[in-house]
Amino acid sequence: MTITIPTPLRVYADGRNAVEIEAANVASALDKLTASYPDLRKHLFNGDGKVRAFVNLYLNDEDVRYLPAREASPVNAEDTLSIIPSIAGGSPGLAVQAIAPSAQSLR
Amino acid sequence: MSVLRVTRAVYDAIRAHGEETYPHECCGALLGQSSGDGWRVEAAVRAGNTRTDSAHNRYRIAPAELVRIERGARQQGLEIAGFYHSHPDHPAQWSPTDFAEAHWIGCSYVITEVAKGKAAVTNSFRLAGETEETKRFEPDTMVVEEESIGRPGA
Repeated sequence: MTITIPTPLRVYADGRNAVEIEAANVASALDKLTASYPDLRKHLFNGDGKVRAFVNLYLNDEDVRYLPAREASPVNAEDTLSIIPSIAGGSPGLAVQAIAPSAQSLR
Repeated sequence: MSVLRVTRAVYDAIRAHGEETYPHECCGALLGQSSGDGWRVEAAVRAGNTRTDSAHNRYRIAPAELVRIERGARQQGLEIAGFYHSHPDHPAQWSPTDFAEAHWIGCSYVITEVAKGKAAVTNSFRLAGETEETKRFEPDTMVVEEESIGRPGA
């Protein structure tokens, strides 16, 4: 199967944006991925060995958290597992620091 | 200081998006390529804000949409260089919420202040550091180029 590596984690996977892995299920695929690239482990898993809350795993177009077998879900060679950190935010409670516009338009 | 280079078209597009969604926050992804000193952004992709419960001061991009965006980027030979969103009637400065929810280390987070419906200041911040524990926002030097950037070697 193919595991896609998001931009922030490529530095820990020899710069690769995807890695081919042979595995029986999602958990096994992640184990093999982190065995090949150990530095990925602390970015994907918390201290308890669970996938970090902000790390989303998609097996093809399905969120692994909502698959019946979750990380025990079987995979085959044609499957793609996407690792996607979450993206969110919002405006209230602005940080207490100088507000310094950085845009330098070449207008 | 790292540099975020964007075309005039991208710059105008993300600001226009913020005006269109005002008084709600807009959000989207920036696609580009890594350059020696930062990112060269070639396209902005609009995304839906799933925080419909509090869209005036929160945004979230559905992971499934992110998967599709990244898949599209790969097909174009591009990477996700960062993300953009708007702050309706708030400064173009990262907030504690922005920081807590930022996990794309090495990517740029572009914020546009939309004041009374009109795009005002646009800033960019690089999520620097190596881990969740050491991450920090650092200001980017944002350069808006009038001509199409083009890909190196193209």
